[in-house]
Amino acid sequence: MSKFQARLRAGVLALGALAFLFPFYYMVIGSLQASPDPTIAGAFPNPANLTVQNYIAINERISLLTGLVNSGIFTGGVLIGTLTFALLAGYSLAQLQWRGRGVVFALALLVQVVPFQLLMIPLYVLIARDYGLGDTHLGMILPFAINSTAVIIFRQYFLQLPKELFEAARIDGASELALLWRIALPLVRPAFITVVLLTFIGPWNEFLWPFLITKDADLQPLAVSLANYITTVAASASNPFGATLAGAVVLAAPVVTLFILTQRYFISTDIGSGVKG
Amino acid sequence: MSLTNAVPTPSGSAPPSPPPASGSARGKKKKRPLLGRNPLGILFSAPYLVFVILVFAYPLVYSIWIAFHDFFFTAPGVQVERPFVGLDNFVTAFSDPGVIQAFGNVGIFLLINVPLTVVLSLLLAAALNKVTRARTFLRVSYYVPYVTASVAVVAVWIFLFNGSGLVNQVLGPLAPDPSWLINSSWAMPTIAFFVTWKQLGFYILLYLAALQGVPKELYESASTDGAGAVRSFFSVTVPGVRPATVLVLLVSTVTGANLFTEPYLLTNGGGPNGASASPVLLMYQLGLQQGQPDVASAIGVVLVVLVLGIALLQNRFAGGRD
Repeated sequence: MSKFQARLRAGVLALGALAFLFPFYYMVIGSLQASPDPTIAGAFPNPANLTVQNYIAINERISLLTGLVNSGIFTGGVLIGTLTFALLAGYSLAQLQWRGRGVVFALALLVQVVPFQLLMIPLYVLIARDYGLGDTHLGMILPFAINSTAVIIFRQYFLQLPKELFEAARIDGASELALLWRIALPLVRPAFITVVLLTFIGPWNEFLWPFLITKDADLQPLAVSLANYITTVAASASNPFGATLAGAVVLAAPVVTLFILTQRYFISTDIGSGVKG
Repeated sequence: MSLTNAVPTPSGSAPPSPPPASGSARGKKKKRPLLGRNPLGILFSAPYLVFVILVFAYPLVYSIWIAFHDFFFTAPGVQVERPFVGLDNFVTAFSDPGVIQAFGNVGIFLLINVPLTVVLSLLLAAALNKVTRARTFLRVSYYVPYVTASVAVVAVWIFLFNGSGLVNQVLGPLAPDPSWLINSSWAMPTIAFFVTWKQLGFYILLYLAALQGVPKELYESASTDGAGAVRSFFSVTVPGVRPATVLVLLVSTVTGANLFTEPYLLTNGGGPNGASASPVLLMYQLGLQQGQPDVASAIGVVLVVLVLGIALLQNRFAGGRD
């Protein structure tokens, strides 16, 4: 490998990193500008033009706290559903022998190619109209309640554990739930963290479904209320860009923080195995 | 859509689940119990199975049923006739030039987004796979757009790409007029670039996983045979990651067909003049805003059939001999 090629590679990678990170940097800078400065000089912080006023301004139009709480309930509900039921399903698909498990695993794979958008109309009819769950947290959570990718990732990890381990504990009289809780779970901690991160970003970032199902501003997750601000209210604000970007920073910060904290678990082989089944 | 509900699995690489009766093989033949050796497994998987039936299987069938019937919203509990109307909803949908245009727009989107995604993610993954310094930093920066909400990053792109935005300031006289997102020839390509940028991290992740599976010996023998870096990239890396390429093609096509948030927010509802409208945006507008869920379902059915067709073609061409 020549020196030139190594340099070229470093250059390409650095350029890539810049292209990926710059919009985030610009998001933060823009959210702190008293008056929007789209010139090239505006990409650098100018102490005379910095303010937190935009955060106060957006908070007056859409309550950031309410939005964060609703996003938190939506995400939390999905996390509880997934970590309970996907874990049970993944364990039973990998370590227990029962009739029909091949069918359930095939379904978990199949579900992932069904585009949610095709289900948009019937799910709206069922959940909002027939079950009367429009404008409720439950209606928001229901279509996402168990993440199928999580089922597959858990199954993949539980498959790697030796069956003898479980046989021995069964002979000692441990119940299946005790096996799962005391033996299997501590051994698959990396899978657990991967699943938490993967499951978290879905509902936290989801826009279409909560947008359809919630009309009441007090129930909208932050992604929905910020989108409504962009499409309707922004035109009447004094510094619409600053306020919108301030909202964007608040929406992005929790996920980006969680991602940076757990990134060492978000490695290719885990997700790859999940994706490849 | 996010990874969590958009990660399909290529049918080719899905291993069939292991034969369930490994236990009965040893020793004397015992009759297998009706529900398997650990019938508790059924109980453990039951909540997931119920979920899949309620949220995927039933709505899927319902969606197709709606597309072939005269369906409209009623107050909860009201019983009304919903007569079978054959292909009427499909005819209504596709007599609307806006619907045809939206399908064309998605075509443009896919022509830009899919090749760009495959080439950039493979190149960046291959380069990332070889570096040792700053690897964590680079990985984190590539994945950050992917884990962040579309709504949040859309806000920055509007700021960057508006008439007097930073991009046009840098381009100076080269900037398109009218600006990117309100220019009918540039609106859809700009959305395609946005989605490429936003999703690229996920595909880099898939390619990185695939690169771990390419045997090192192949590179060694390629270099003994005198192949340079470029040559061994094309003769070892590209064929070595072909299953991942099939997956990247499939996922990026499905993601593209599901386009909604970007035209809704970046171009203010598919503007200018429908130049960036997507079929899913029209499904929302026709189905839920204008109360024609049957016509919207018909669009959905056609969209899915088209995506499946494209996926099969891709699989045939990129799937190759293995």
